[in-house]
Amino acid sequence: MTATETGTAPAPGRHADTESTALYDIPGPRARRRHFLYGILSTVVVLALLGWILYLLFSTGQFTADKWSPFTYEGIQELVLRGLGNTLKAFAYASVLSLLLGGVLATGRLSVHRPVRWLSTVCVEFFRAMPVLVMIFFIFVALKVQPLPALVAGLTLYNGSVLAEVFRTGINAVERGQREAAYALGMRKTQVMTYVLAPQALRAMLPTIISQLVVALKDTSLGYLITYEEFLHAGKLIASNLDYDLPFIPVVMIISPIYIGMCMLLSWFATWVAKRQRRSPKTDAGHVAPPEPRPVLPGQS
Amino acid sequence: MDVLTDNFALYGKGFLGTVELTVYSSLLALVLGFLMASFRVAPVGSFRVFGTVWVTVLRNTPLTLLFFAVLLGLPRFGLVLPFEVFAVIALGCYTSAFICEALRSGINTVPKGQGEAARSLGMSFGQTLGDVVLPQAFRSVIPPIGSTLIALAKNTAIAGAFSVNELLGTYKTLSELGYSIIWTFFWIAVGYLIITLSISALFNVLEKRWGIAR
Repeated sequence: MTATETGTAPAPGRHADTESTALYDIPGPRARRRHFLYGILSTVVVLALLGWILYLLFSTGQFTADKWSPFTYEGIQELVLRGLGNTLKAFAYASVLSLLLGGVLATGRLSVHRPVRWLSTVCVEFFRAMPVLVMIFFIFVALKVQPLPALVAGLTLYNGSVLAEVFRTGINAVERGQREAAYALGMRKTQVMTYVLAPQALRAMLPTIISQLVVALKDTSLGYLITYEEFLHAGKLIASNLDYDLPFIPVVMIISPIYIGMCMLLSWFATWVAKRQRRSPKTDAGHVAPPEPRPVLPGQS
Repeated sequence: MDVLTDNFALYGKGFLGTVELTVYSSLLALVLGFLMASFRVAPVGSFRVFGTVWVTVLRNTPLTLLFFAVLLGLPRFGLVLPFEVFAVIALGCYTSAFICEALRSGINTVPKGQGEAARSLGMSFGQTLGDVVLPQAFRSVIPPIGSTLIALAKNTAIAGAFSVNELLGTYKTLSELGYSIIWTFFWIAVGYLIITLSISALFNVLEKRWGIAR
């Protein structure tokens, strides 16, 4: 995405006791038979679809040796790997810079000085409302910047703004008592932020932050549209080669799993962190028992 | 300023192209997302698997790659459709995964007792989901669906780079005509702002009418 996600937390895993069990009874023998029948039927339908696609692939000659031969050449393998390397390079730059910009903008939005707050709010709102591609094109075309810096700058502006909102929400979600206690200990504004609020907010928001990095990774493919020589660009070069009979489909078949695999790994990591956090006592501030009347003297109850 | 006044028709055409793409893709995404959400909570295992695979794959696919595969790959099967239709298919399928997840988290916000009560009245799965749970889930998913559709509107820009008529694509024509690039982009940005702000205003109204009072 593109920048599609809105930073929603990754979906929780399915447990036997989650929502779905509330929607239907535990099936009895007849329902089980019926469900089995549905299962068989739907599987047959899906398999038939897949078979039809395979048939199309074969009948339009997508599996001819011609179309798959390019992948056996070392030069082409290097081209694909270089493209993958460029994608990862753009991702690395964009993610580090987005985190930095997000930190700066979030600090700005939480500032006590009104002009600073106002300026950061305008920045964040504007860059979140613009399509990433418009920014990338603007930087590339109007400011005449090289493809890689243009791509990284566009991704940074967008994801930095989204992350700024994430950080801000995280800081505001830290229990009020934490801030109050820190001030009560005589800490200064900066100390309260850096020693008390930011660490807790970051820990709580880590899954959301990683999910946002998945967006950045997906969006590196926009570099293809401004002639940055990334993974998809390498694929396009091979696919538009007449010598191999335009192997578009083989290229898609090889590139997609790698792209989707990379993003899935990162998404899965976000989910894993979220799961681990739910079990960890550190993310959940300890609950202090509410004050209640107690026996004044020991022995009374 | 004269960029806009001289080329109002061109801008208008691009703007309408973006609006059309957004509307059609939204409809497709909502229908597919609703279907996949039903699949993902269904009692039949294979439906659940299908819904999960659909959502997982599409959520982790870069949209540019999807456009590449659909617009340049499908014609190789002899499936030649206008680029606008391809763009709507790609955008609609992609966004449906996010709509599905929004709906599913909405289903989770409905108190369990509602589903249990429906079942104890003897309702079937379809009735429980369609008449009791989803109508209540809808109320809490208005904001996330709104932001998903705003994201969709922004993603239509990618279609422009694949030479579908829309707002971003107008910059090429205008820069060839020799207009100032900065102003060209300024008006493109205004166009996108109008669209995204309209969607968020619309969803604010919906939220006021049907949302859960908090």
